[in-house]
Amino acid sequence: MKLPQLNTQPILQVSGLAKLYGINRGCQDVDVDLFPGEVLGIVGESGSGKTTLLRCLSGEIEPDHGNIIFQSSHGEALNLFSVSEAQRRLLMRSELGVIRQNPRDGLRLRVIAGANIGERLMAVGDRHYGNIRQSARHWLEQVDIQTDRIDDYPYTFSGGMQQRLQIARVLATRPRMVLMDEPTGGLDVSVQARLLDLIRTLVTELQLSVIIVTHDLAVARLLCHRLMVMQNSKVVETGLTDQLLDDPQHAYTQLLVSSVLTP
Amino acid sequence: MLDEPAYNFAYLDEQTKRSIRRGLLKAVAIPGYQVPFAGREMPMPYGWGTGGVQVTASILGGDDVLKVIDQGADDTTNAVSIRRFFEKTSQVETTTVSADASLIQTRHRIPEQPLSRDQILVLQVPIPDPLRFIEPSETEARKMHALEEYGVMHVKLYEDIAHHGHIATTYAYPALVNQRYVMDPSPIPKFDNPKMHQSEALMLFGAGREKRLYAIPPYTDVKSLDFEDHPFEIQQWDQCCALCGSTDAFLDEVITDDKGSRMFVCSDSHYCQQRKQQTKQSDA
Amino acid sequence: MSANAIAANNTIRLSVESLHKHFQLHLQNKTRLPVLSDFSLQVSEAECVALVGRSGMGKSTLLKCLYGNYVLSEGRINVHFDDGIIDIANTSTQNIYYLRQHIIGYVSQFLRVIPRVPAIAIVMEPLLIRGIAQQQALAKAQDLLHRLNIPESLWSLSPTTFSGGEQQRINIARGFIAPNPILFLDEPTASLDAVNRKVVIELINEAKHDRSAIVGIFHDEEVRDAVADKLIYLSESAA
Repeated sequence: MKLPQLNTQPILQVSGLAKLYGINRGCQDVDVDLFPGEVLGIVGESGSGKTTLLRCLSGEIEPDHGNIIFQSSHGEALNLFSVSEAQRRLLMRSELGVIRQNPRDGLRLRVIAGANIGERLMAVGDRHYGNIRQSARHWLEQVDIQTDRIDDYPYTFSGGMQQRLQIARVLATRPRMVLMDEPTGGLDVSVQARLLDLIRTLVTELQLSVIIVTHDLAVARLLCHRLMVMQNSKVVETGLTDQLLDDPQHAYTQLLVSSVLTP
Repeated sequence: MLDEPAYNFAYLDEQTKRSIRRGLLKAVAIPGYQVPFAGREMPMPYGWGTGGVQVTASILGGDDVLKVIDQGADDTTNAVSIRRFFEKTSQVETTTVSADASLIQTRHRIPEQPLSRDQILVLQVPIPDPLRFIEPSETEARKMHALEEYGVMHVKLYEDIAHHGHIATTYAYPALVNQRYVMDPSPIPKFDNPKMHQSEALMLFGAGREKRLYAIPPYTDVKSLDFEDHPFEIQQWDQCCALCGSTDAFLDEVITDDKGSRMFVCSDSHYCQQRKQQTKQSDA
Repeated sequence: MSANAIAANNTIRLSVESLHKHFQLHLQNKTRLPVLSDFSLQVSEAECVALVGRSGMGKSTLLKCLYGNYVLSEGRINVHFDDGIIDIANTSTQNIYYLRQHIIGYVSQFLRVIPRVPAIAIVMEPLLIRGIAQQQALAKAQDLLHRLNIPESLWSLSPTTFSGGEQQRINIARGFIAPNPILFLDEPTASLDAVNRKVVIELINEAKHDRSAIVGIFHDEEVRDAVADKLIYLSESAA
C-alpha cells in the first residue's frame, strides 16, 4: 500500500482577497485553494459577502486587494486581474464558466436554444454549422432537455429548463472551472432535486472544479467536498463538508447547522 | 426682392468639413472601425442620407464630377434631390455615367461597373453597428469590437440556417474588414459584398443619425461572414435582364400589370442603358 | 494464534496517539463537553479491534474521529503506508478524500441516503470511484446483495423506504464491496436477524483474510466474539 500520488497543483489559488463596500460588507482576508475535480461550497446568510467573493473569482469585479491565480489549460499561472481585459474575457468564455442564479441573466432569451449553446463555441472560433449543431444536441441531452427543442426560444422554457439550458451553454466549451451562484434558488423543490442530481453527475463525469455559493446546507452537503462559512465579510470556518456540518467548531457555524429545518 | 441665401461650397462650413475629413482619415487608417463624428444638422431629416451627404460635402472639390444613385437608379426621388442639393450648393458637374464620375454617392447599391482608383464611393448608412440587434448594450458592443469578440455575429447566421435551412440575410450582410473589424456594409444586397473586396476605389460610409464614419481603403480584404459548411453565396436569377440581356447584374423584379406579369431588369439603370447602347452599336 | 502473536507478525496500519476530543457547544452557554482523553490505539493488518464500553463513553465519537468526520482537539491518527504516514487529523482535504475512496471503508449506524438513487447504485459506487468498469461493479454488487438477502425487487429502488435492517444491509454492502485496507464498523449488525448476522461475520472474516485492519463497535457479543482479536475498553477514565 503506497502513499497516494495526488496532483497537488491547485487550479485556483486565492490569497489575501478583499473587496469591501463598507465596514464588513463585501469580503476580506480570503485565502483558499481549489483543486481539480473538487467542489467548494461557500455558505453563509445574505450579506455575508459570498456573492461578492464569487464575482471576484469569476473575473467580473476587481478586488481591492489580493490575488486570484488561475491555472490555465496550457499550464500557465494567470493572475486574473493582471492579464489584459481581452484575455480575461476570453478565459471567462472558454475555461471558466459562470452559472447565474437567474437563468435569464445567463441566456439570450430571444436567441434559439441551439444558438445559445453554440455561442460560446462560435466565440472561440468554431465555424462549422453542422458540428456546432451536433454539439448543441449533445449538450441538450447531457442536461436532460429533449433535443427537438433545439430551435425553440428559451422564453418558452420553464424555469428549471432554462437553468439546465444555462448549464449546457456554459459547459459547451468544456470549462475546467465553473462558478455557480445559488443555481437552484427560486426553483420548485422537485425541480431543484433534478437539477442537483444533474450537477452532481456532470461534476463527476466531466471532472469539473466547482465553486458554489449557497445558503442551503442540504445543497452544500450533497454537492460539496469542502465548505467555507462566511459571516459579515469574513471566512469563519473551512473544512471537509461532513466534518463542518457534523462537528462545527465555530459558534456561527453551529448556529447555521442547528437552524436547518429537517422535514 | 430678397436675394437667394449664399451657401458655403457644398453647404457645410469649412471647419466642419475639416473635422469630418479628420474623422475620415482615421476611418481609412483603421479599416472597418466606426469613428464617431460631430454630425451637423442638415437640411433634410435623419433617414434621408444625411451621413452620406456630410461625407460627400466634406470631400467634394470644384473639379469633381458627382453621380448620385438610389437603389441603383439616377432618377429616383432621393437621388434627384441629393444631386440637386449639391448642384445648388456647389455648382459642381454632375453625371449619370459611372465611369465619368470621380465621386459617387449611393444608397442601397454599389454600381455594377467596377470602380477605378480615381473614384470614391460614398455609402449612406442607417445603422452602422452590426452588433446593434444582438447586443443591446452599446458599451458592451464597443468592448466587443475592441476585443474582437465577434462569435456572437455567427449566432444570427446560425439561427437563419436553423430556421430557413440557409443564411437568410440578403442585404446588410456583415463582413470582416482587413481581418479585424466586422462591419455592416449598409443595406446593399449581399450580391454587392464581393465588390468591396480588394476594390481599387476608396469606399466611405457615413451614418448621420448615429454619427459614425467608417471606410474601406483600396485593396482591402473584405470577407463576408459564413460557415465552413454554408459558404457565402450571392443571389442568382433564372432570367436575364429583359432590357439589356445581362446575366451577371443585380436584377429588380418589376410587376407590369394587374394580372401579375413581371419582368426582371437591372437595378443599376445606367449600367443597363450602357449595355443596350453597346448591343445596338454592335448590331449596327 | 493469540491476538498478540498476530499483532507481532503483522504491519501496523493504523496508530492513534494521544487523542483528545471535546465538544464546545457555543449555543448552549458555551458548554464544554469532554468525550475522549489521551486515547491511543494500534491496529495491525488482518486484525480486528473491538471498542467496548457503555453507551455514551465515546465509541461512535472515536470512530468518527478516525474517519475524519469529527475534529480532534488534540492528537494524531496515523495511517501507515509502505512508504510513509498520513495523519488524518492534520492533512489536506484531498488526502482525506483519497483515503476514504481507496483505503478506508466505513459502515456507520445510519444510512445517509440521497433519495432517488437506487440501492444498487449506492452499493456500486465505491467500485466506480476506483475506476472499476460498470459491468464488473454491477456483478459484484448483485452478488453481495444476494448474500445479504436483499430481494432483487428492491435493487432499483431508493433505500429511503426500506426497513432499518434493509438499510443497514445496503450500508454493509457498500462498506464491503471494495477491498479496504482499513475498515471502521459502527454496530454493523444492530438491526439484523441471525441469518444476516452470520453473513456479516463472514464478510468481516473475509476482510481480515484480505489483511484489512478493522476497528469495530459490536453490541452483539456473539458477533464480537466471532471476529474480534482484541478488545479496547472505553470507560469513565477515558474521558
